Amino acid sequence: MLKTFPKGGVHPPENKFSASKPIEVLPLPKQVVIPISQHIGAPAAAVVAKGDKVVVGQVIAKASGFVSANIHSSVSGVVASLDPVLDSTGYKKPAITITVEGDEWLPEIDRSSDLKKDINHSAEEIVARINEAGIVGLGGATFPSHVKLSIPKGKKADVLIINGVECEPYLTSDHRLMLEKADELMVGISILKKALGVERALVGVENNKPDAIAHLKQIAAGYNGIEVYALKVKYPQGGEKQLIKALINREVPSGGLPIDVGTVVHNVGTAFAVYEAVQKNKPLIERVVTVTGKKLAKPGNFMVRIGTPISMLIETAGGVPEDTAKVVNGGPMMGKSLSTVDVPVTKGTSGVILFPANESLRPAVQPSCIRCGRCISACAMGLEPYLLIRLSQRKMTERMEEERILDCMECGSCSYVCPANLPLLDYIRLGKGDVSAMIRARKN
Amino acid sequence: MNKLLVVSPSPHVHSGDSTPRLMYNVVLALIPALAVTLFYFGLGALIVTAISIVSCLVFEFLIQKYLLKVKPSISDGSALVTGLILAFNLPANLPWWIVVIGALVAIGVGKMTFGGLGRNPFNPALVGRVFLLISFPVQMTSWPLPIESRMRYIDAATGATPLAIVKEGLSKGESMSSLADQIPSHMQLFMGAMGGSLGEIAAFALLIGFVWMLITKVITWHIPVSIFATIGIFTGILWLINPEANADPIFHLITGGVMLGAIFMATDYVTSPMHPKGMWVFGIGIGVITVVIRVWGAYPEGISFAILIMNAFVPLINRYMKPTRFGEEL
Repeated sequence: MLKTFPKGGVHPPENKFSASKPIEVLPLPKQVVIPISQHIGAPAAAVVAKGDKVVVGQVIAKASGFVSANIHSSVSGVVASLDPVLDSTGYKKPAITITVEGDEWLPEIDRSSDLKKDINHSAEEIVARINEAGIVGLGGATFPSHVKLSIPKGKKADVLIINGVECEPYLTSDHRLMLEKADELMVGISILKKALGVERALVGVENNKPDAIAHLKQIAAGYNGIEVYALKVKYPQGGEKQLIKALINREVPSGGLPIDVGTVVHNVGTAFAVYEAVQKNKPLIERVVTVTGKKLAKPGNFMVRIGTPISMLIETAGGVPEDTAKVVNGGPMMGKSLSTVDVPVTKGTSGVILFPANESLRPAVQPSCIRCGRCISACAMGLEPYLLIRLSQRKMTERMEEERILDCMECGSCSYVCPANLPLLDYIRLGKGDVSAMIRARKN
Repeated sequence: MNKLLVVSPSPHVHSGDSTPRLMYNVVLALIPALAVTLFYFGLGALIVTAISIVSCLVFEFLIQKYLLKVKPSISDGSALVTGLILAFNLPANLPWWIVVIGALVAIGVGKMTFGGLGRNPFNPALVGRVFLLISFPVQMTSWPLPIESRMRYIDAATGATPLAIVKEGLSKGESMSSLADQIPSHMQLFMGAMGGSLGEIAAFALLIGFVWMLITKVITWHIPVSIFATIGIFTGILWLINPEANADPIFHLITGGVMLGAIFMATDYVTSPMHPKGMWVFGIGIGVITVVIRVWGAYPEGISFAILIMNAFVPLINRYMKPTRFGEEL
């Protein structure tokens, strides 16, 4: 029996068209747009001015606070503007626009592809380097990684969990990374283990990637204390709490963090970035992005410099198909739809999916809930979406808090299964906003 | 690319499940039982079923269009299911106008007064059946004989149901063994060779429908299995205490609409609990009430009342039988 999380979950069609496409390096764009807020937490503060010359790897915006992350230039060239630019959120946000000239890198960055296995840094130095390199959670949540590695006093981690689940349909960037950079990943995981002071690391991969599981198992044999587990395919297994439950059978309490049950979870993409930062001095200036869609000519996986326009990615993958009506940044279950493709790739961009017109609009909402209970069976957090939507529509905020609406991670499983196509998650989001506002107001 | 893109919140994919798909799968699941009843009751079954379905659809359409003034939604299949299940709860020789009254009460009172699909607290078909049972007790308890009355409608030769024979006999102080030759064998009962409502007779056909609904994931097993288990255990205990004064559990399970009620009526989404924990409470409640009515009550048959009574508790069950939240275990 393969491990999985026991409660809820759904099985959307996988549609992983680009799973067999090796990672291709995308050519340099003419211009990059680098937003100064690509992470959860305080936006970074720009430290360059218009007209400044910059090189690859140079810090262009400094972290402003503990929960924040440095931003580095992903190209060499001249800062063209510091004006706000439309980004994937649909809002104009402060960003640094750089016109690309050549490809000049900071000299201390090791650009060779040699594997560097020996870890010569102390735990404190590792965390400092990860902080310096601006690494954030690359699974999509973009939480600054050094924060997760700074264990609060009185807490202790005994195991590191590496998330290679990639449970979102369509996306294959982590899959390719595990196949092509397994050794670097293992070193990255070893570095994270050392930073946390744990003996064991568990890598969870869903069983729809048998090639990656076999390959990782073989490579992991050459490293100490790294175990690779195949997991039964079920969305949302990549959810931090679900993955912890599946691998080590511990439940993170409501409102708690993984460290409350003695673990820390990092994505495989993050582990690779940690390898490059610590062993190669290379800050987070590029990432793997899946570009895919049912009608797309050449779906693929690309190593992309941060700030590259998504339109350029799509061009490389064969251009926008005729009847495309929706473009999603991220996976189909949790990604955000874009109002335009002229927005930059950021640290959190794991994929770009193009949907044809007939799959872009939601099915018509039926007149009423038939109380079939599918949303309850689908909820991985044990919540009752049918009830939450009613409470949210009636603004019954305290009751929503009692019903633990804030436990919702917005995985979308309830809306996915609803036969009446009710906008369950939409109203739950509104309700979460109301409850958070109430909690803030209570503190004042 | 200059054209406008669709912007909507996640998720961007949907399972494709829909209310009509669920309803039409219930209809498919009822087909084996319908075939069996047409075999045993022929013409009468055909007339009652057709009138029931057509009346339910027409009443739903008229009420939605002219009284509620909303877009009629008869194509969602829910009125079709109500019509079929109402017919399955009626004897095959019931005069057509009583069927029409039953359909009006089921759709009009049972469903539309509360606002239509999804809002009714009681199973509409059962509201119709129980209304007719109380209003027309003679017509509602005269059962055509299977097979021999195949080509007749209201002039069919009638007889009692096995449950009624047993109830009557036991109340007169007869023993089970002396009643044995008046009732069909278990195998005959299982195959549906008995007097009774259209849809309650053939346990095997209803079980095929159950399997179909489980395969297509229309329902879960919790409610039917908890009802079967409760009735089986409860009547089993009574039978073990005194096998001469109580029918055996298999007999109780395959007669008198337990199969029809447990598989098709107690599982009605709208009027049953939302979570497996609540489903167990609901199913056990139905099982206990059914046996109490059958053994100690005035009626030989009790599952209709049992389901309606437990329907009333559903909001309460949903309020207190909640799923275990993530993080509450361990």
